[in-house]
Amino acid sequence: MEKNEKVLEIRHLSKDYGKGAILKDVSLDIHKGEVVVIIGPSGCGKSTLLRCMNGLESIQGGEILLDGNVITSGKTNWSLVRQKIGMVFQSYDLFPHLTVMDNILLGPLKVQKRDKKEVEKEALTLLKRVGLGEKTKAYPRELSGGQKQRVAIVRALIMHPEIMLFDEVTAALDPEMVREVLDVMLELARAGSTMAIVTHEMQFAEAVADRIVFIDGGEILETGTPEEFFKMPKTERARKFLDTFKF
Amino acid sequence: MQDLGIKVLFMGSNFERLLDGLWVTIHISILSVLLSILLGILLGIVMTSKNIVVKAVTRVYLEFVRIMPQLVLLFIVYFGVTKTFGLHLNGETSALIVFTIWGTAEMGDLVRSAIISIPKHQRESGLAIGLNSSQIYRYIIIPQTLIRLIPPAINLTTRMIKTTSLIVLIGVVEVLKVGQQIIEANRYTVPNATLWIYGTIFFLYFFTCWPISLLAKFLEKKWKVN
Repeated sequence: MEKNEKVLEIRHLSKDYGKGAILKDVSLDIHKGEVVVIIGPSGCGKSTLLRCMNGLESIQGGEILLDGNVITSGKTNWSLVRQKIGMVFQSYDLFPHLTVMDNILLGPLKVQKRDKKEVEKEALTLLKRVGLGEKTKAYPRELSGGQKQRVAIVRALIMHPEIMLFDEVTAALDPEMVREVLDVMLELARAGSTMAIVTHEMQFAEAVADRIVFIDGGEILETGTPEEFFKMPKTERARKFLDTFKF
Repeated sequence: MQDLGIKVLFMGSNFERLLDGLWVTIHISILSVLLSILLGILLGIVMTSKNIVVKAVTRVYLEFVRIMPQLVLLFIVYFGVTKTFGLHLNGETSALIVFTIWGTAEMGDLVRSAIISIPKHQRESGLAIGLNSSQIYRYIIIPQTLIRLIPPAINLTTRMIKTTSLIVLIGVVEVLKVGQQIIEANRYTVPNATLWIYGTIFFLYFFTCWPISLLAKFLEKKWKVN
């Protein structure tokens, strides 16, 4: 696999809500097949960074490129871009009035205008892969939090995105359901998916990441391999942050 | 002991007359409910606007209509407007206008709250799979809004049907008025008519509104969300 091909490039990104900067001059490249895990204290801007990547947040400076094309110029066809950038959110965000299958089919059928039979077949394959093959006709209310998140992952995967964004997808889950969702993500990572993950699960971050990005105060303070970052963090703030997870 | 008053129901065409009266009630109700639903949906969408002027105007309208007893509104339109502007509105038209003004306000508020009760994540999840704004409305927001709207909208419908009994007071001959006429006409021959006639009217209202409530329950169950 060509590891040097850049899928997403973020150049000097800045973002503010009017009162102080949320992100200051953030630059980050994500390469094909790479798993980048973004960590940092609450409110540091990591979720905002992820949301900027698929246009859910406006930016005030810098630019973002997808496959070498600028997507933050104002002329972007976001519908097209978002098909290439899948995203899974923290809250269980399935559409409550649709069955599991219809949740998954909505994008492929209405946005990509794909053939229903073909998409249904693929949906079933993906659902089986995340252990939910028998839930096609269930409504979201009949699923546990962990199951809902796995469906949400399938709903994003079926669009065949080039990169997947995960925004604290286990933060709202009961502890016993965290594992089943992380396992799915780990499997995706091993299968070579390109991923950007925001998480508070440090052991998971260490296991899944090719590269750790540490953000605090809206700036990237440190990037490195999981070994480097978790064993020998370079900055004082990263050290302090990691200490908060020790007892 | 006086004989039972039930016979008054079957004297002449009394029962048919009551049903005719009920039809007037239902007729005015259906028209004003339909108009209220249509206009209320539009108003509700307008009310979700962030524009301060729009917000203020719709808010004043809503509060004004809510604070006013429906009877006062009926009198304003039927006696006030007709006199002042020289318009000749009959009772039924006045009733239709008042119930539509009232229903639209209430319905608008229901629609507004149904729309804003849909979490913003729903919209974002739609965006994230590439849907555009109108697709998000069509496939995500509107279906969920309708589901949330059914119980309160049906509640409003039955309230409107019941409240039409006020239009007796602006001279519309609906079911209650027909009942009064029958009672008056038989005052000496059937002194017990009051209980039987009003009792019958009670059941007429009941069997008009009950199926609507049952429908609401059925739909609520069928489309239960969360």
